[in-house]
Amino acid sequence: MAEVLVYVDHVDGAVRKPTLELLTLARRIGEPVAVALGAGAADTAATLAEHGAVKVLTAEAAEFADYLVVPKVDALQAAYDAVSPAAVLLPSSAEAKEIAARLAVRIGSGLITDAVDLEAGDGGPVATQSAFAAAFTTKTRVSTGTPVITVKPNSAPVEPAAAAGTVEALSVSFGAAATGTKVVSRTPRESTGRPELTEAAIVVSGGRGVNGAENFAVIEALADSLGAAVGASRAAVDAGWYPHSNQVGQTGKSVSPQLYVASGISGAIQHRAGMQTSKTIVAINKDAEAPIFDLVDYGVVGDLFDVVPQLTEEVKTRKG
Amino acid sequence: MSLRIVVCVKYVPDATGDRHFADDLTVDRDDVDGLLSELDEYAVEQALQIAGEADDAEVTVLTVGPEDARDALRKALSMGADEAVHVEDDGLHGTDVLGTSLVLAKAIEKTGYDLVVCGMASTDGTMGVLPAMLSERLGVPQVTLLSEVSVEGGTVKGRRDGDAASEQLEASLPAVVSVTDQSGEARYPSFKGIMAAKKKPVETLDLEDLDIEADTVGLAGSWTAVDSAAQRPARTAGTIVKDEGDGGKQLAEFLVSQKFI
Ligand SMILES: Cc1cc2nc3c(=O)[nH]c(=O)nc-3n(C[C@H](O)[C@H](O)[C@H](O)COP(=O)(O)OP(=O)(O)OC[C@H]3O[C@@H](n4cnc5c(N)ncnc54)[C@H](O)[C@@H]3O)c2cc1C
Ligand SMILES: Cc1cc2nc3c(=O)[nH]c(=O)nc-3n(C[C@H](O)[C@H](O)[C@H](O)COP(=O)(O)OP(=O)(O)OC[C@H]3O[C@@H](n4cnc5c(N)ncnc54)[C@H](O)[C@@H]3O)c2cc1C
Repeated sequence: MAEVLVYVDHVDGAVRKPTLELLTLARRIGEPVAVALGAGAADTAATLAEHGAVKVLTAEAAEFADYLVVPKVDALQAAYDAVSPAAVLLPSSAEAKEIAARLAVRIGSGLITDAVDLEAGDGGPVATQSAFAAAFTTKTRVSTGTPVITVKPNSAPVEPAAAAGTVEALSVSFGAAATGTKVVSRTPRESTGRPELTEAAIVVSGGRGVNGAENFAVIEALADSLGAAVGASRAAVDAGWYPHSNQVGQTGKSVSPQLYVASGISGAIQHRAGMQTSKTIVAINKDAEAPIFDLVDYGVVGDLFDVVPQLTEEVKTRKG
Repeated sequence: MSLRIVVCVKYVPDATGDRHFADDLTVDRDDVDGLLSELDEYAVEQALQIAGEADDAEVTVLTVGPEDARDALRKALSMGADEAVHVEDDGLHGTDVLGTSLVLAKAIEKTGYDLVVCGMASTDGTMGVLPAMLSERLGVPQVTLLSEVSVEGGTVKGRRDGDAASEQLEASLPAVVSVTDQSGEARYPSFKGIMAAKKKPVETLDLEDLDIEADTVGLAGSWTAVDSAAQRPARTAGTIVKDEGDGGKQLAEFLVSQKFI
């Protein structure tokens, strides 16, 4: 069976959920060979094996953290040369998309980004993409070279499937370009203890209607009652009420949760671009004409400061 | 020291219009107004600011696109760029990102550059990969997705706010930069700027000028193929209630019925 390279997104050996989803998709088109790079790479092996990786290629080197993107491209290319895969799959994070882009140029292959589904086809994998703020669904193939495809989070279920997960050290020689862009310093983002926005099953977002940084406590309380991540519109972020890392939309994160709750958000096209593929959409807005109501499964026309706290109380009571 | 800056700008269908695909599954450009991708305005702005800090700098805006794409160049010129390059060729219709990056790289090399500035993503394809591809093709560092950027003495520095961390980056020129919409509001063209833009030079190049074989670009030369494009079925109209004091409770009932609680 053909091998499929899967680029592993992990934090010090803890594999992030989108990578496990990639393994589900990879198994539809071949045998997953995972590539894990940087500190803790080998620690990913057990989890990857439980999710179908037949092999885990690992490399640790200071270059991966000290320089931007290119060292990881060198390593992925080394894995590509060693395996000759039928496809290369990566998560659709900003960094992984850049890695995919450079690899595609190097190996002379077509690139598909932000796939939301993947199936085996006669002429290689067929990707589903969402276009124009999710107004269209397209089916796309790579017609030249080895398909390089990045996949959005929440595009496939995580399915355990035991495999060997044999760990092998990958030998990487860094090219001259690898040290071109130095990472001079790195300030990790403080963890809020809430789920990661792009991976969360439920996202609760606030917009300009929240009207102040301190009022976001109302949104956070609802999120915490539901075990959800907190999102924000660009208007709320630009006003300085919530960090940019929580922005949902075209220039923020693109989310596709089971449930999206929008409060005080009008539903501008750029916001919709980041949340329109959510399974169930709920909105609270005092303007009955707000375009967000065109998208909702359930909408409440009302003041969020009345509706959201009442909802939070109900959720808490019902969950006991 | 003189600084040659090339800004890549894309001409895109207006996101607030009714965007759709043409019969050949490329973007239908006839039914929707086109404009300079808003995210490239941030690139033009940062390029102009970097140029303003330099002793002697020249800002060239570059686009690959159909005849109308000249509108995007005019907008960038009216913001203050010095000159423009337009790569236009019938053979380019339907070019994918591998092909577009090839054409842009050749045009940038021909124009000459110390710094290439791009937007973080276009508002139509929204791949967000082109700057990295240019860096790979040109063989110069990528300093991408910056929310803050500066150039001093042959070094470009910037801040990249990523998923897990905020990073300070540094590279020697020549380099490829991309900037996010957090990098600072873009200026509006002044009346004077709009008048001045009409007199600024726009150079037109075709595939032959760039020594690009026709079969490596366009629909036929694409590395990818779109097999189908279907309009997403409209969402079935949802239930909308007016809050009469129990809106939160009703919403809770809905969430229970959907098994979210
Ligand atoms: C290039 C570009 C990229 C962009 N990227 C993004 C992006 O990534 N994400 C994004 O969100 N936007 C983005 N935008 C901005 C987008 O166009 C909108 O401006 C933005 O989404 C508006 O945010 P909002 O809905 O919170 O604010 P508004 O449009 O001002 O809406 C506020 C809503 O709150 C309601 N409201 C007010 N008070 C209350 C109350 N007490 N109770 C209930 N409802 C109330 C109002 O009725 C209104 O509908 C982008 C724009 C551009 C040009
Ligand atoms: C809905 C849709 C989906 C697509 N999906 C794919 C796909 O999966 N694979 C594929 O190979 N192609 C795809 N394309 C084609 C691709 O968008 C074009 O080839 C495009 O020019 C490059 O991609 P981008 O605009 O998404 O680039 P991005 O990487 O999003 O653009 C980043 C920056 O690059 C610069 N730039 C991009 N294009 C140009 C240009 N023509 N002239 C000047 N500067 C430019 C701009 O500064 C821009 O801000 C898609 C197009 C559409 C409309």
